[in-house]
Amino acid sequence: MTALAALIRRDIRIALRVGGGALIGVLFFLTVVVLMPFAVGPDLALLTRLGPAILWLGALLASLLTLDRLFMADHEDGSLDLIVMSRTPLELTCAAKALAHWLAAGVPLILATPVLGLLLNLDATATAAVALTLLAGTPALTFTGMIGAALAVTLHRGGLLLAVLVLPLSIPVLIFGVAASQAAISGPLAFGTPFSILCALSLVSLVIGPFAAAASLRHGLD
Amino acid sequence: MTLIDLANPTRFLNLTSRVLPWLAAATAILLLIGLYQAAMAPDDYQQGATVKIMFVHVPNAWLAMFVWGVMSVAALGTLVWRHPLADVAAKAAAPIGAAFTFLALVTGSLWGRPMWGTYWEWDARLTSVLILFLMYLGLIALWRAVEDPSRAARAAAVLTLVGALNLPIIKFSVDWWNTLHQPASVLRMGGSSLDRSFLIPLLVMAVAFSLLFVTLHLAAMRNEILRRRVRSLQMMQASRRSA
Repeated sequence: MTALAALIRRDIRIALRVGGGALIGVLFFLTVVVLMPFAVGPDLALLTRLGPAILWLGALLASLLTLDRLFMADHEDGSLDLIVMSRTPLELTCAAKALAHWLAAGVPLILATPVLGLLLNLDATATAAVALTLLAGTPALTFTGMIGAALAVTLHRGGLLLAVLVLPLSIPVLIFGVAASQAAISGPLAFGTPFSILCALSLVSLVIGPFAAAASLRHGLD
Repeated sequence: MTLIDLANPTRFLNLTSRVLPWLAAATAILLLIGLYQAAMAPDDYQQGATVKIMFVHVPNAWLAMFVWGVMSVAALGTLVWRHPLADVAAKAAAPIGAAFTFLALVTGSLWGRPMWGTYWEWDARLTSVLILFLMYLGLIALWRAVEDPSRAARAAAVLTLVGALNLPIIKFSVDWWNTLHQPASVLRMGGSSLDRSFLIPLLVMAVAFSLLFVTLHLAAMRNEILRRRVRSLQMMQASRRSA
């Protein structure tokens, strides 16, 4: 347990310091959202309507951008080999690393949402709904993305491949994340239905992700 | 002859060289019968002659999903039993599955043009098949990204199994997504209960396409085994020359 806690603390510290790059995700998120009005025009009513979708898409792409940091740096300096060989079960280690990655790269995205909601002319309810769905949904993005990151690190040059492999898997999260936000803002549907499915997706990925990532690390790193 | 006997590639090559001509002949005969029956089938009272696309479209769509199932079994074979032929089977199946999925999309699109008035509709079923196609392409890209076949096999096996778990979730969520946005759907897939004059040609075509898959799959597996032999021979030659 102390080993896992130490690992989480170490990963967060590395991610937040110089060369870590966790905050680049937030910057990317900001840039994508700022680009949107240039593409669809500065129509505030339209931006309000598209707001949740833009925020979700931006968060999805931003979380994808930082994913390859999850194992790549550890692989380069050799500590990944030590982690794989250690007595702590690799599934738990993978879960701990993903948790640390989510805390360092996922939570800042959620914290940035209110500011970006302001730019997209979202009211308080809408912003809160998007932030809440991101809080429930980004763990699923991190934990399913971890599978792609683990595959990519065993392939040595999987950076581009990572996006192609991970994005189709994240479609359900995107669907229910945007659906829950829209339901809270305008939709005839109750907020609870898509939101609980979104939570369920996160929980499922919490189970599948570490096992699949550990399997691909164990088989791929020899 | 058990499954483990086939672990010897030479034995597998011998067996398939005997079986393949018969399989190919059976496929050709069944395809001819199925196409003849499909051509002779009466026109639909609503869709006219375009209903005949169904006899090609539906088997393609079935096989698109079936091939992922075959690859999942092969992936289990790679990860659990380390069967030497399992990764050959998985690798050979991926492009064939992608081709079936692509054909299902194209025939469906050609069918949709006269029936729905559009080549593409963000219908739940179409969308999930499109995502399946994207996942096939990602898998093929993964196979091609790694030079060492056995290393690529294990990565691809993990991705195949994750995909097999995820495909039902994607299918379900896309269904949900679409019914949310267009509650009144006018799409009719020929009705739920097919008439016998349609059903029998369709089943014949389905069996013919399945046989076609088995034939193509075995042939592709033979090619893959031979390709690996050529590769190891070339590597041996190169190392001998440098030594």
